[in-house]
Amino acid sequence: MSAAAEPHWVHARKEPTALARFFDNKAVLVIACLFPAVGLLTVFLTYPLGLGVFLAFTDTTIGRRGVWVGLENFQYLASDPIFWGAVFYSVFYTAVATVLKFALGLWLALLLNQHTPFKSLIRAIVLLPWITPTVLTAIAFWWIYDPQFSIISWVFVEALGWRTENFNFLGSEWPARFSLIAANVWRGIPFVAISLLAGLQTISPSLYEAALLDGATPWQRFRYITVPMLLPILAIVMTFSIIFTFTDFQLVYAITRGGPVNSTHILATLAFQRGIPGGQLGEGAAIAVAMIPFLVAATLFSYFALARRKWQQGEGND
Amino acid sequence: MTDAPETLAWDSKARRAMTLYLPLCLFIFVLLFPFYWMTVTAFKPDGELYDFANNNPFWVNSPTLAHINKLLFETSYPRWLWTTMMVAFGSTFLSLFASTLAAYAVQRLRFKGSQYVGLGIYLAYLVPPSILFIPLATMVVQLGLFDSPLALILVYPTFLIPFCTWLLIGYFKSIPYELEECALIDGATRLQILTKITLPLAVPGLISAGIFAFTLSWNEFIYALAFIQSSENKTVPVAILTELVTGDVYQWGALMAGSLLGSLPVVIFYSFFVDYYVSSLTGAVKE
Repeated sequence: MSAAAEPHWVHARKEPTALARFFDNKAVLVIACLFPAVGLLTVFLTYPLGLGVFLAFTDTTIGRRGVWVGLENFQYLASDPIFWGAVFYSVFYTAVATVLKFALGLWLALLLNQHTPFKSLIRAIVLLPWITPTVLTAIAFWWIYDPQFSIISWVFVEALGWRTENFNFLGSEWPARFSLIAANVWRGIPFVAISLLAGLQTISPSLYEAALLDGATPWQRFRYITVPMLLPILAIVMTFSIIFTFTDFQLVYAITRGGPVNSTHILATLAFQRGIPGGQLGEGAAIAVAMIPFLVAATLFSYFALARRKWQQGEGND
Repeated sequence: MTDAPETLAWDSKARRAMTLYLPLCLFIFVLLFPFYWMTVTAFKPDGELYDFANNNPFWVNSPTLAHINKLLFETSYPRWLWTTMMVAFGSTFLSLFASTLAAYAVQRLRFKGSQYVGLGIYLAYLVPPSILFIPLATMVVQLGLFDSPLALILVYPTFLIPFCTWLLIGYFKSIPYELEECALIDGATRLQILTKITLPLAVPGLISAGIFAFTLSWNEFIYALAFIQSSENKTVPVAILTELVTGDVYQWGALMAGSLLGSLPVVIFYSFFVDYYVSSLTGAVKE
């Protein structure tokens, strides 16, 4: 038997070809593996980021190469009330929407963490607003906010009789601002809830049992176990949420396009309006660049204010 | 892990209904209502749509396919759907290819500075499209790709690759390294290890990354709005907003039908892979 198998031993392994040996070299393989991702990101992300900062200091328009104008774009923007209005609304929009999203999202996560029938089905349903295209649901909200045929107005005026006239959701400044925030919160809750649910499930039940034995009230258990244990995940999710709310574009563009009278412009929609249809690429880029300090500040804030807690608890720092 | 009921003796049924089921039902109602409203509107005839006095707006009395019919046969909707699908598949494929290799290199080849490459890719995810679209628009024009779906296929990976790489690094971490060591001892080359050992084991991770990439590129809006001009090359979200919203009187029936049809592919896709979705979303956050 062993004699019959012996010839096979000789031919068992083919010598690898030169190409295969070339790719077995670790340095070559590392470079080859990283090349597509790093190449694409360098060309379409790092370079445009630099180009954007450069454009902000030029007076480029569509179809014409600009010349270096220094801080002129920023000086112009500093004296532009519409720009400051957009800065104000961006900050306001982000702050209010983030607070609401996290308050309601945490509540929903706590509810989903309980034992209920159809648990997985409910979780699947809850994520729907987050996976459907934002613009398409934004159009649905636009229709819900219609001045004449709003379903909310119908319920309040006809069905309940609590009001005599329709709501004018998008017709004036503040109602329009809050209507947009409501739509943003609606879309953001699922992501926050499901992410925090994941965090809740990593908390060991024995902590709650120990607290129960010590006589802790439900509020104390929430305050001294759930919140501190959730903070690391909360920090990450909040960083993402703040960044993507602050730079939101779709929702505002789809529902109000910055109106009425520029009151709901956020920086991204203003940058688009000035840059692409307006043709002032330099000015648009300057508005976009003006977002960067806010983003860095938001990232640093949530990182240091919240993630710091992790190493204070003495956990591993990975 | 926490699947055991957390009910305690004093947790009466009434109390549970008030603190758990009532808020949960309210949440589900609010989260689903816009979809219900979208669907109802899409099937209502125009007469019913604008006449709340004689019809209960929450119900369709005489359902009609007129809006969907108009959408499919009087507009370029099928064409937009097709473009969106091609762009989503193209950019998903490109991103999966690039991020699998990158995640493998960062997580398994462990070269000097691999954490920094990982960190750099992670930071790239924090650069939002709203900052990049103006410089990218000028680049796209210079490359002669303006108004071409190819521009979208090339640009979407900028936000897909960081996300997919991040997700896959986490997934590769969960595959025992010993398996690769065994293969190395048996004389497999590193490429053979990748294709014959790591990738087959990482299929669930690849599926998660793939569906996320597909959904994200289906939903993308600002690049598609800035780079595409001609009607027939538009993607569904952009086309609905720019082609169907015309004049002062909005065709709400057709708009809602378009939104419904545009959401359906993603929802169907989602319903097939819902477990991957939830687990990878939570896994990505835990990383």
